[in-house]
Amino acid sequence: MQSLFLSRFSSLYITTALFCLLFLVGAFQFEGFGSSRVVANLFSDNAFLVITAIGMTFVIISGGIDLSVGAVIALTGVVCGLLIGELQMHPLLVFPLVLVGGGLFGAAMGALIHYYRLQPFIVTLAGMFLARGLATTLSEESIPIEHAFYDAVSDFGMLLPGGAWVGASTLILLLVLVAAVILAHYSRLGGYIYALGGSAQSAQLMGVPVARTTVSIYAISGFLSALGGIVYSFYTFSGYSLAAVGMELDAIAAVVIGGTLLSGGSGYVLGTVIGVLIMGVIQTYISFDGTLNSWWTKIVIGLLLFAFIGMQRLLTRQQAARLATGAAH
Amino acid sequence: MSNLNTTAGRPPAPAKIKLPRVNGRYLWPLLGLFLLLAVNLAITPEFFRIEIQDGRLYGSLIDVLNRSAPVALLAIGMTLVIATGGIDLSVGATMAIAGAVCANLIVGGVDSIFLVVAAGLAAGLMAGAVNGGLVSYMGIQPIVATLILMVAGRGIAQLINAGQIVTFQSEAFAFIGTGTLLGLPFPIVLVLIVFALVQLLMRKTALGLFVESVGCNAGASYYLGINQRAVKIVAYCIAGICAALAGMISAADIQGSDANNAGLWLELDAILAVVIGGASLMGGRFSIPLSIVGVLVIQCLGTTIIMSGLPAKFNLLIKAVVVIFVLLLQSPLFQQQMGALFARFQKRTNTEAKV
Repeated sequence: MQSLFLSRFSSLYITTALFCLLFLVGAFQFEGFGSSRVVANLFSDNAFLVITAIGMTFVIISGGIDLSVGAVIALTGVVCGLLIGELQMHPLLVFPLVLVGGGLFGAAMGALIHYYRLQPFIVTLAGMFLARGLATTLSEESIPIEHAFYDAVSDFGMLLPGGAWVGASTLILLLVLVAAVILAHYSRLGGYIYALGGSAQSAQLMGVPVARTTVSIYAISGFLSALGGIVYSFYTFSGYSLAAVGMELDAIAAVVIGGTLLSGGSGYVLGTVIGVLIMGVIQTYISFDGTLNSWWTKIVIGLLLFAFIGMQRLLTRQQAARLATGAAH
Repeated sequence: MSNLNTTAGRPPAPAKIKLPRVNGRYLWPLLGLFLLLAVNLAITPEFFRIEIQDGRLYGSLIDVLNRSAPVALLAIGMTLVIATGGIDLSVGATMAIAGAVCANLIVGGVDSIFLVVAAGLAAGLMAGAVNGGLVSYMGIQPIVATLILMVAGRGIAQLINAGQIVTFQSEAFAFIGTGTLLGLPFPIVLVLIVFALVQLLMRKTALGLFVESVGCNAGASYYLGINQRAVKIVAYCIAGICAALAGMISAADIQGSDANNAGLWLELDAILAVVIGGASLMGGRFSIPLSIVGVLVIQCLGTTIIMSGLPAKFNLLIKAVVVIFVLLLQSPLFQQQMGALFARFQKRTNTEAKV
C-alpha cells in the first residue's frame, strides 16, 4: 500500500523537487534570485496562466484537450476593454457577464463534442478561430482600460517581509486553486471527471452522466479562461485581440510537466501549478542571466516536456507491470 | 466509431459498391469548393480568366493554387500521419528549421543547390524520425510527442539563425519559391510531383493499406504481421520531408529565413484541410486528393473574403463558422437531424398543398 501511495504521487514529488532544484541553482548563482520577491512575482506574473492551466488540467484529466483558451483570454480582454474602457460600465457588472459568457462558450464546445461525437481537438480549434475572430471583429486595436476599480485592484494587496507583494491576481489564483482541489477530490463531479478520463465506456456503464460531465468540463475550462482573461487585463490594463497567442500550448505544457497524463484519468491540479512555476523559473533565470537568449526557454521547455513524458511512461509501465503481477494488492 | 463502420466494414468486393461510396465521400468537400468558386465567379467575373505572359500562366486561380502550395505539401504528409491515428503539430516548426538550415548554408558559401536542398530535406527527415520514434517506440501520444518539437523546434531554428532573420541571395534557391516550370509557378509543380509520388507509393504499393490498417487498429495490425512501428515512422518521416519542402518554398519566397514566423500556425491549417477532406482524426481511411480539396477550400475562402470587399478582420470569424458547419455536415447525427427536419418540412408542404 505504501509503495502504491509513493508511485501515485511520485510524479508530483519529482516535479516539486525539480522546481526547488531550479530555484536553488538560480539562488546560488545570482544575487537577489533567492528572495521572496522573486517567488511572489512568479505567482503574480503567471497568475492568468495558472488559472487557465487549472481549467486545462480538468479537460486533460477527462481525456480531452482545449485549444481555445488563449483566444478566450483575448476575447475576454477585448470585451472588458469595450464595456469598461469605452462604455464606462462598472467592472463588477461586466465581470459576471464575461465569466458566464466564457462558461457558455465552453459548454457549447462540450455539447458539440459529446452530442455530435466530434473530436475535441478540432472542435476547440474551431472555437479558437471563433473566439479570436470575434475579438478581431470587435476591435483590431488594443483598447486601454482606465477605471477607478482597476486602479484600486492594482493597489490592493499586502506586503510580505522581504519585499514580496501579494496582489489581487495572486489571491484570485489561490482561491481558484483551493476551489479546484475541492472540485477534483471532494466532489462528485471530480470523481466523474477522473472516471471519464480512465475509460469513457466504463464510466458510462458505471452510471456516470457522461453528457453532463463533458459539458461541465469544457464549461469550467471556458469559465477559468475568462477569469484568466480578467486577471490578464489587471496585468496589462488593456484588451487586445492578439493577446495570449499560442498560450494554449504553454498551458498544455504546464499540465504535462505537472504530471498529468495526456491519455487521461490521472493528474493533479497542484502539479499543474508547479508546472507553470517551473516554466516561470526558467524564464526568470534567463532574464537574470542576461547573456542567454530567449530561444533557450523554448528548447529547455521542450527538453523538460520530453524528460517528463519519458518518466511518466516508465512509471505507468511499472505500475501496469505491478498490477499485472498482483504485487500492488 | 464512424471510422469503424466505414473502414472495417469495407466490402470485400469493391468493384460493385465502389461508386456510391466514393460519391458520398467526394460529395461534400467538392460541393463546398464549387460553391466557393461560384461565389467568386459571381463577385469577380474575371476570376477564372487565365492569361499567358512571358511563358507563364497568370490569373486568380493560379494565384490561389500558388499560395496554397505550402499548406498543400503539409496536408499531404499530415494525411498519412492522421491516417495512422496520429497527428503532427510540429510541421510548422519543421518548416522553420528547414528554412534556417538552407539559408545558413547559402550564406555560409555552399554553392551547390543540390547540397542545400538535400540538407533541408535531411533536417525534415530527422524531425520526422524524432516524431515517429517518440510515437512508435516510446508509445507517447502523438499530440504530446509532436508538441515537444513544436515548442523546441522554433527555438532550434532561432538557434541556427542566431536570433536574426537570415537573408540570402541565390537565384537557384529562389527558383523554388518564385520560378516557373512548364508555364506554372514552381511551387505548384512541386506539389504536383510530391502528390504523384506519394499517391503512387500509397495506392500502387501495399503501404497505403498498411497505413489504413494501422490507423484502424494498431494492435490487430501487429498480430497480422504488419510492422506497425515502421509504418508509423514512415508516415512521420514523409510528413517531415513535406514540411521541409514547404519550408524551403516559404524561405525562397522571401529570400530569407524568419525562424519566428515561417510556417507559423500552418500545422492547424493542414490539420483542418485533412478534416475538411473527410478524414477522421481517429485514423483509418484516408484520401490525399480530398485533403488537397480541403486545402483549396481553405485558400479559396480567404480569397473570397478579400475579393468580396469584406474587411479582413472578418476572415477568422467566417473561417470558424465554415469549419463548424463542415464538421457538423460530416456528423451522422446532424445528417439525421437535418434529414428529419427536411422530411417534416416536406410533409407540411404536402399537407398544405392538399388543403
